[in-house]
Amino acid sequence: MKIAVCIKQVPTREWQPRINDARTWIREQDASYELNEPDAYALEEALRLREKHSGEVVVCAAGPTRIQQVIREALARGADRAIHVEDDSLASADASVTSAALASAMSDERFDLVLTGLQSDDQGHAQVGVMLAERLKIPHSTIIMEVQVDAGRLRVKRELEGGWFQWIGMPLPALLTIQSGINQLRYATLKGIMAAKKKEIRKAALPAGLASSQQIVALTLPTRTKQTAMISGAPPAAAKELVNRLRDEARAL
Amino acid sequence: MILVIAEQRDGKLNRATLETIAAAQQLSGDAAIKAVVLGQSVAAVAQDLVTAVGEVLLVENASLGTYTPDAFTAAVQQVVASVKPAYVLLPHTYQTRDFAPMAAVRLGASLITDVIGINGTGSGATFVRPMFQGKLSAEVRPQGDGPRCITIQIGAFRADAVKRGNPGAVTPTSVDIDPSTIRQSPEAPFKEAKQAVDLGQAERIVAVGRGIKSQENIAIAERLAKAMSAEIAASRPICDSGWLPMDRQIGSSGQTVAPKLYVALGISGAIQHLVGMKGARTIVAINKDADAPIFEVADYGIVGDLFEIVPALVTELEKP
Repeated sequence: MKIAVCIKQVPTREWQPRINDARTWIREQDASYELNEPDAYALEEALRLREKHSGEVVVCAAGPTRIQQVIREALARGADRAIHVEDDSLASADASVTSAALASAMSDERFDLVLTGLQSDDQGHAQVGVMLAERLKIPHSTIIMEVQVDAGRLRVKRELEGGWFQWIGMPLPALLTIQSGINQLRYATLKGIMAAKKKEIRKAALPAGLASSQQIVALTLPTRTKQTAMISGAPPAAAKELVNRLRDEARAL
Repeated sequence: MILVIAEQRDGKLNRATLETIAAAQQLSGDAAIKAVVLGQSVAAVAQDLVTAVGEVLLVENASLGTYTPDAFTAAVQQVVASVKPAYVLLPHTYQTRDFAPMAAVRLGASLITDVIGINGTGSGATFVRPMFQGKLSAEVRPQGDGPRCITIQIGAFRADAVKRGNPGAVTPTSVDIDPSTIRQSPEAPFKEAKQAVDLGQAERIVAVGRGIKSQENIAIAERLAKAMSAEIAASRPICDSGWLPMDRQIGSSGQTVAPKLYVALGISGAIQHLVGMKGARTIVAINKDADAPIFEVADYGIVGDLFEIVPALVTELEKP
């Protein structure tokens, strides 16, 4: 089975984003980056499917040069090769542009299965996977918690809201967006890291003329919906004040 | 004109649809609002909406009886092509997330997801949505000539704020769906196991997030829960790691709760978690990161090390 996994490089979770002078994007020079966590689960699922059904896992990503960090990491975890649509403008591209960029580089590969994370930790549109499926003209299902492959067909467990699930059948080729927690992640071994250095990363150019479907007018810190009483002081004093206020003011204890 | 795509399951309206209509009313200015109900035997759902919008389009088709992204996309595509709305509004549910991006590509539409606020009305409006795990808000303007699709985050607008008027018309509307173009075959929805705990009934909840760092440390939170007569719960990553069972999960994929007291320990407050607990009457957040979004919904906040503060709280609560 020929499996593609789309991954994204995003600022680390610990980083408090700083806004650039134009207030339209973050100060990228201040960020440190990591693999988008939901994509790590998609990658892991692809590696497990390859172990079961043999074949190949190809990492696909669209972004500036810096995203090679996470491409190498995915190769070190076990992916066989990679495709990198490289362009500086992709750093802040919307889902429409990102999915079109990926589709242009992926369509000739004729993947049997394409996996993505369910959304990214940066812009969080939760759109790229489904848009990519439509652009590749293959069926899709989203927020998947289990993948079964049998005789050229998929049977996948889709998560619904409030603890409900549903099995969905589908022909291959197909695209799935993978829910975090579907599996236990593996990490790169030293051997994997060494092997990754020799693996192929095919560079692809961004097709001309892709138009954004949305523009960020301004980034701001979120407005507080509540007046939060911040309690400071050493832990014993803060604990005492909080308990008193929960008892007397909020009457919650 | 604004078209709201209603969501129903088994002929029952999803309340998030009313929140979406509230958003449409704020966005519309003087523009007309229509709603479309897609399904099979869903006339009752249309009746639920007649006083909230000017017209309800009732699209009943055998291929829409069970949801699939292929059939719903085909139907939405045809309805949008025929009524030509300037905006298409949808609730930001798992179902919307499953088909709206596909429909947007087909329609050449812009799609702005997870919207929590609307500035202005009509064609000049901009939309506010969280980015970077809720640590920033982005004001976004749709681009291009196609219809503008907007998905509204659950709880961002109030269903009871919907302005009602005289009942509008229900207009049966037909769509043409070739069953052979539907590639997904869904089976019946099910629940994994009987839920052992109904956190919805809990008066107090102590919930842990990534900040708890290891499974062994859960015991620290459990001691606080005991001292507060609270149930223990968690954000998604904790249950993903198997540190607490899945039926203890609060958030969009877990349980939605509104207890008297909710204590969030080391939970940053990603939107998927907030939608499950922001209805709590009193919210306490304890987190080492002063910028964590959880503080935006908290009534009481302590910035600091939960491993120092939580034992201090237990000591305080156990004082006679």
